[in-house]
Amino acid sequence: MTDKFARALGWTSLALGTAQLVAPRAVTRLCGVDDAPGATTVARLVGGRELLHAALLLGAKDPAQWAWTRVAGDTMDLGVLGRAAANRTGTRRTRALCALGAVAGISAIDAVCARRGTAKAKGPLKVHASITINKPREEVYRFWRELENLPSFMVHLDSVRSLGQGRSRWKAKGPVVDLEWEAEIIDERVGDLIAWRSVPGTGVSTAGLVSFTDGPGGRGTVVDVSLEYGMHGRELAAAVARMCGEHPEQQIRDDLRRFKQVMETGEVVRSEGSPEGHRALRQLRQRPAQPIGGRA
Amino acid sequence: MKANVWTGRNHLEVRDVPDPQILNARDAIVRVTSTAICGSDLHLVDGYIPTVKKGDVLGHEFMGEVVEVGSGVRDLRPGDRVVVPFPIACGACFACEDGLYSVCENSNPNAGMAEKLMGHAPAGIFGYSHMLGGFPGGQAEYARVPFADVGPIKIEDDLPDEKVLFLSDIFPTGFMGAEMCDIKPGQTIAIWGAGPVGQLAAASAFLLGADRVIVIDRFPYRLRRAQRTGAEILNYEEVKVLDALRDMTGGRGPDACIDAVGMEAHHPTPAMYAYDRGKQAARMETDRPYVLREAIMACRNGGVVSVIGVYGGFVDKFPMGAFMNRSLTIRTGQCHVQRYTGPLLDRIRAGEIDPSFVISHRMPLSEAPRAFELFKNKQDECNKVVLTP
Repeated sequence: MTDKFARALGWTSLALGTAQLVAPRAVTRLCGVDDAPGATTVARLVGGRELLHAALLLGAKDPAQWAWTRVAGDTMDLGVLGRAAANRTGTRRTRALCALGAVAGISAIDAVCARRGTAKAKGPLKVHASITINKPREEVYRFWRELENLPSFMVHLDSVRSLGQGRSRWKAKGPVVDLEWEAEIIDERVGDLIAWRSVPGTGVSTAGLVSFTDGPGGRGTVVDVSLEYGMHGRELAAAVARMCGEHPEQQIRDDLRRFKQVMETGEVVRSEGSPEGHRALRQLRQRPAQPIGGRA
Repeated sequence: MKANVWTGRNHLEVRDVPDPQILNARDAIVRVTSTAICGSDLHLVDGYIPTVKKGDVLGHEFMGEVVEVGSGVRDLRPGDRVVVPFPIACGACFACEDGLYSVCENSNPNAGMAEKLMGHAPAGIFGYSHMLGGFPGGQAEYARVPFADVGPIKIEDDLPDEKVLFLSDIFPTGFMGAEMCDIKPGQTIAIWGAGPVGQLAAASAFLLGADRVIVIDRFPYRLRRAQRTGAEILNYEEVKVLDALRDMTGGRGPDACIDAVGMEAHHPTPAMYAYDRGKQAARMETDRPYVLREAIMACRNGGVVSVIGVYGGFVDKFPMGAFMNRSLTIRTGQCHVQRYTGPLLDRIRAGEIDPSFVISHRMPLSEAPRAFELFKNKQDECNKVVLTP
C-alpha cells in the first residue's frame, strides 16, 4: 500500500517536473514569482529535480523510502516560496501564499510516506530459498540435523558446535572480528522440519526454519529455508553480504546449491575458475580457467 | 605444460601454464593425445560469449590417456584411453537421470552467474566461459576431467584417435540434431550450415532414415563435402533459399529444419546483415538469428525446427507469429553427449560411419593460433582441424 502510494507520488513528480520544463513561465505565474529575474531558470532547475524524484520513486524496487528526497525538495521549495510571499504584495502575494499552502500539504503527505518506507526497510530482513535434492527425505534431513555439517556447504560459517539439548554454538567469519553466537532449536519434527533461533543476548539475532517435503512424483526431497535477521542479526547479514559481495538471498541460494552437491555427488564441485566451489565473491572475481599450480 | 590460451578478443597464444591437479575426488587427469577446434570456439574467440576471461584455456573436444585418478573414481585407471564429452555431468541429479547431461544440476560451480542471464543454470562445459563453470579446456597437453566416472568413454580397441575423437562433441551434436527431427520414412530434412556439425547432421539424418537431405551454406568447398554424404546442396548467395526449398518439396517445405549455424550467421543481403551486425556491435542483441528466422519460415506446417547451433543471449525479430500459427515445434539443447557416446561408438565400430571424413587439417598444438585463423577465415579450404600436443 505504502509502495503504491509512493509510486503515485512519483507520477506526480513526473507531471510537475515535465510542466516546469515545458512551460516554466506558466508555473512561475501561478506561484506569483514571474516578476523575479531568472525565475524561469529556477523553475526549470526545480523541474529537473522533480524528474529525479520521479526516477527514484518509479524505478526503485522499494520506492517508499525514496520519498525522503521529495521531503528535502519540499523544504527547499517552502523556503523559496516563503521568501517570495514575504517580498510581494497584492495578487502575487496571494498566489505565492496559495502555492506555499499547497507545498506544505504535499510535504506532510511525503513525510508520512517516507516514514512508512523507512519503517518497512528497518523491519527484520527475511530471505527464502528452495531446492530439490535427489535423495530420500530421511537422509537429507539427517545430514542437516547434524548441525556440525552445516559449514561444509554454508561458506560464511566457520564452525557449528553442538552443546546438547538442542543448543549449539555458531562461529562466522566477520569482516573485522569474527561473530559468535548461541542458537537453540525451538521446534523440531523428525524428518519434516527444524526451526532455530539465536539465544537472546548472545550477539546476533537470527532465526531460521528449514523444512523437508517429498518432491512430487518421487522427485527426491524439496528443501525450503527461511531465514530472518532481526535488528542485530542485520549486522550479521550485512557482514556476510560485504564479505561475499552478495545479497543474503543469493547467499542462501548458493548455500543450498552446495548442499545439493554434497548430498548428490559427495562434495562441493570445484573448477579452476572458482576453486572454492560456489561462492559469489569468486563468481565476481574469477581466476582464469587454467590449472592452479602448486598444491591446492 | 603447453595450452592454448585466450588472451583477448581474436587473440590466442600457446603458453606454458601449470599442470592440472586433482581438485575433487571424482576427477581424473588425462594426457591429451588429440584435440579439435570447434565452430563454437569461434563465438568465444570473437568475444560473443559473455564471461570469458583472459588466461582461459580453450577447447572442449579432446581425448587421451588417463594418467591419474582421484580417490572416488573406480572404473578408470591410469593407462585407459578415453574420449571426453564436452558437457560435465555428475550422473546423480534429476537431469542426469533423465539423460539430460548438458543441463546437469551439479557440475556448474558458477550456476549463480548463469542464472542471472538464463533464469536457470546449464551444466559446466570444458573451456567455455566462466558462466559455464570456469573449467580449463582440452587444447592443452593435460586436462582435469571432473566426474571421470560418468563422462569419459573408454576406447578399448585399436580404433585410431581420428575415428573416435568426434564422439566428444560434433558427431553426437549432429546426431542429436537429426534425432530431434523425429525422422519418418520419406521425409526431407533441411540443414543450415555445411560445417563439420552440419555434415555430420546430414550423415546422421540418412542413418536415421531420411529420404532427402538439403544442406545450405555459401562456401562451395563445404557444400561439396556435405554433398559427399548424399545430401543435395543450396548456396544461399546464388539462390533464394525459401523459394528453392519450396520448389524442391512440392510446395510443402522441409519436414524438419536443422540450424547448425547459431549466433554468428550471415545474410546475403548487405542491408539485412548490417542491421543485425550493427545491433550486435552495439550490444543491443547478442546473436544474429538469420538462420533461425529462415528455418522457421521454411519449415512445413507442423514441422520441427531443431537448433544445435550455439546461441549466447538474445535475438530480435523472432518470427513468433509463423512459429505459433503454423504449429511448429522447436527442439534444442547443448548435446547430451553422454547419452550418445556408447551407441555411436558401436556404429563407428560396425563401420556404419567414419566421422573422420570431416578432417581437413592436422596440426601440432603449438600452431593452434594459426589453425584458428585458417578455420575462422575459411582459408585453405579449412573444414576441421585436429591438433596434437
